[in-house]
Amino acid sequence: MSFKYWIKGSLTLTLVSALGLAAQQNSTPATTPPVSTAVQKQPPAQPQSEGERVFQQNCWRCHDAPEGFSPRISGTIVRHMRVRASLSQHDEQVLLKFFNP
Amino acid sequence: MQRPTLKIAPRASAHAIRCFLLALVVLPLAQYDSAQNTPLISGGGAFFTSTNGGNTNYYPITEPVLAAPLGQHILVESRASLLESFSPGGGSQPGYIHSHFIAESYLQGDFLALPRLTIVAGHYLIPFNTYNERLSPPWIGNFQDGPLISPLGLLQGGSGLGGMLRGNAFASNKHSISYAYFYSTRRNAEEFAAHRGTGGRASLYLPEQRLELGLSYDRLLQGTHENFYGAYLWWEPKDTGLRVRSEAARGHHAQGYWVEADYRLKAFGGFDSAIGRIEPVFRMQQTLRRDTIVSDGLPLVNTQRADFGLDYNFPHNIRILTSYARQFSSTGNRNVWETGIAYRFLFPAWKGK
Ligand code: HEC
Repeated sequence: MSFKYWIKGSLTLTLVSALGLAAQQNSTPATTPPVSTAVQKQPPAQPQSEGERVFQQNCWRCHDAPEGFSPRISGTIVRHMRVRASLSQHDEQVLLKFFNP
Repeated sequence: MQRPTLKIAPRASAHAIRCFLLALVVLPLAQYDSAQNTPLISGGGAFFTSTNGGNTNYYPITEPVLAAPLGQHILVESRASLLESFSPGGGSQPGYIHSHFIAESYLQGDFLALPRLTIVAGHYLIPFNTYNERLSPPWIGNFQDGPLISPLGLLQGGSGLGGMLRGNAFASNKHSISYAYFYSTRRNAEEFAAHRGTGGRASLYLPEQRLELGLSYDRLLQGTHENFYGAYLWWEPKDTGLRVRSEAARGHHAQGYWVEADYRLKAFGGFDSAIGRIEPVFRMQQTLRRDTIVSDGLPLVNTQRADFGLDYNFPHNIRILTSYARQFSSTGNRNVWETGIAYRFLFPAWKGK
């Protein structure tokens, strides 16, 4: 691919990255995205659980987190996403705990 | 409109759909050992319209997904695509031409053999770069059409038939390395169609930085054997509402890249505020021909395109997608206008007690 095009591509990437950093500067602390209807948000005073960390680090990467789902399918979702996103077995276990405290 | 589902020869797999429905009937008979492992039905639907060089096309689409765990180590998953298309007849044919496809996209069994190894068997999505496996469902993509380079590396269809080994090779709080390796056999029949080929993907994810880098390779093993190379970089800077995704791919006859950034205006009251639901999207893409043999679905001449989108995320998993694109090539510059509404559904396959 010609050099000129790569330059254009990298410039675009740099521009959007700069936008990202700018946005990061004035961002608010992480909020828990909506999860299982049966799972309530952790009160902010509690330290972040391992499951919440894995959730926040992974569940917004490919798509928005679902607005809510029945706890009866939480295991199915987590297994499906373990395969699709190549999550570790440990991630699967802590996510399941996070969805079913 | 370049959804791969449209580019792929319609695999009118009534048989596969029957399998999908049969699975729905049979699965309730299986024993579910855990209260959390009920099979689910999910997926998305959309009504898309695209005005390309003055012609408007309409595409209603539904893509149901079924995921059903069996015991502790197996997951059966499948997706079908029901797509209608209405396009202007033009010239001697007044009115609209209507066509429809029903296609099964994948139907696979995943066996979680070891903590670091999952064995996949069946008809699966080819794990080349990211678009095919991650962004193609209508409720996920930020633009209604896929990137111009998306057919590269998909072995002329998007699905493989055979086996795949995949998993997480190493994970710590700071790094995660994953891999996928597949071998697909050739099948010419309409249902479970596939080409012979092999390849894989390796990726590194840094969870703290939310940064992922991956490399893909695959090789078509029928007809003229061709190699495809891919690389991608994804970044979702923490707590910003910004996602940056990019991919480059090189095939035998053409190559190209895309870079996309989408931003949820969550700084104005969070994701669920009226303004936080607004999502501007920008994508830049380019394709370059290496020769004039056109077998890969990419534009016939070098093409550059800039897409500007504005999406709105309503409550209840409904999303409006709008975009304007300007496409530049030696055969003429064009405007592409797209608007659509997409929704997502998710529920247990049957009612609880
Ligand atoms: C690697 C990308 C990726 C990541 C990371 C990811 N998902 Fe998904 N997810 C998908 C795709 C793709 C689908 C749609 C599956 C299809 O249509 O074939 C999906 C579907 C879903 C669905 C619909 C039900 C289903 O099982 O299909 C839910 C719910 C879901 N994801 C939740 C999550 C959660 C929770 C996480 C965090 C652990 C997560 N996802 C992380 C790619 C991803």
